[in-house]
Amino acid sequence: MQRTVLLASTLALAAWSGSALAAPVNYKTPDEVAAFKPGPNLEVVQGNCTACHSSDYIATQPPMKDRKAFWQAEVTKMIKVYGAPIDDADVGKIVDYLATTY
Amino acid sequence: MFDRRNLLKGAGLAALATTLNSTRALALDTVTLPFANGERPLVKYPQKRPMIGLTSRPPQLETPFAVFNEGPLTPNNAFFVRYHLSDLPYNLDPDKFTLQVKGKVDKPLTLSLKDIRKMKATEIVAVNQCSGNSRGFSEPRVAGGQLANGAMGCARWRGVPLKTVLEMAGVQAGAKQVTFGGMDGPVSDKTPDFVKALDIDHANDGEVMLAYGMNGEDLPFLNGFPLRLVVPGYYGTYWLKHLNEITVIDSVYDGFWMKSAYRIPDTPNNAVEPGTAPKATIPINRFTIRSFITSVADGAKLKAGRTTLRGIAFDGGKGIKEVQVSTDGGKTWTNANLGRDLGKYAFREWKLPVKLVAGQVELKVRATGNGGETQPDTPRWNPAGYLRNVVETTRVTVA
Repeated sequence: MQRTVLLASTLALAAWSGSALAAPVNYKTPDEVAAFKPGPNLEVVQGNCTACHSSDYIATQPPMKDRKAFWQAEVTKMIKVYGAPIDDADVGKIVDYLATTY
Repeated sequence: MFDRRNLLKGAGLAALATTLNSTRALALDTVTLPFANGERPLVKYPQKRPMIGLTSRPPQLETPFAVFNEGPLTPNNAFFVRYHLSDLPYNLDPDKFTLQVKGKVDKPLTLSLKDIRKMKATEIVAVNQCSGNSRGFSEPRVAGGQLANGAMGCARWRGVPLKTVLEMAGVQAGAKQVTFGGMDGPVSDKTPDFVKALDIDHANDGEVMLAYGMNGEDLPFLNGFPLRLVVPGYYGTYWLKHLNEITVIDSVYDGFWMKSAYRIPDTPNNAVEPGTAPKATIPINRFTIRSFITSVADGAKLKAGRTTLRGIAFDGGKGIKEVQVSTDGGKTWTNANLGRDLGKYAFREWKLPVKLVAGQVELKVRATGNGGETQPDTPRWNPAGYLRNVVETTRVTVA
């Protein structure tokens, strides 16, 4: 009897709360397929940029007239605003790669 | 990456995109948005149909524009996705989820999802639009997510008014703003966490909602499951996903995402001379008024004679008063028939039977809101590419 009551209340709860009763979400995103284009200092770029975001963030930016200034500003923003731990020595290499490759 | 069923769906979508939007399908799994460097993959995520992939980590997905011709409510599986930071709560447990309400309140609260679902629910149909929607059309181009017009959608949201929860907690005298935080966060602790703020009066307006339901279902994971903020009429940046922290403060919040990001020029039309920087800025707020033709794609070939054009319009919350359509490049305008009114924050459908004459034809659509606001003939410009609402032109060949 007690068991039946328990079962009934469990069912009622399940019906009422719907999928909220399900276990953890365990959401799976597709594999990250976007990759950086080949270019000078590619490994420095991969080592620094991909810690926080996929390479398509870069590949989808618009073609700009002054690419060097554009990418310099972006790298500076990543360091100053988003706290990217990029070594001073790597900044120029990353900007060069971005300006010549994208 | 694509299973057979999704391949078929993708093929159907690609075919649809060819006929119904400026999004042209190049191949089965690629679309090209109509601006330079606009090639994007079509990607399939759980709970989503094939979407235009902007970035994969964090995920950002744009709605294929043809979806907006399906009706005034955007299906959950086609609703756009925008994240800022890559640490998503992929494994969150809805049974253990809690919402904290704290700060300048008499009684701090910890509410479970069940607590929130037990409260009296309300519903509102409202458009959510990314601040960066249509940024790819900005000229000169600007940095940021390069989106066409698909980072918007309209849904029926279900949840509890934020006001109810704030009343339960008891907001103290001197409260100025309420801040909102979600379970997603940065990868590095040096990156500012995504936190947004609303003025206390706005937070208490009875319309701002803590939503768990979307179009009759739970929120999809990528749209903020299990709880998100709904801020009707306001850009998506305020619609915090995976919302788990509400803090009442007695100051104006000065975190990065309010003080430095998502700012618009403090000028009469929130625009500046293209390519220049504004002297002063304010936080982005309400949507500008917009309208679209959804039944005909840019570049389409149409038969001369009678046809019916259809589309959607929306604004920041006054509601749509009228929609006018031109089939002669803007020389003459005819009032369209408005569809069912789902509320002042919703997409408003419109329809107009027209007679097309042979030649190169520019179709235009222009909405006017109940507050008199209408759309400009030339695009406004600002450094972040926000607020686009120029009268859109669809160029077609009629024969």
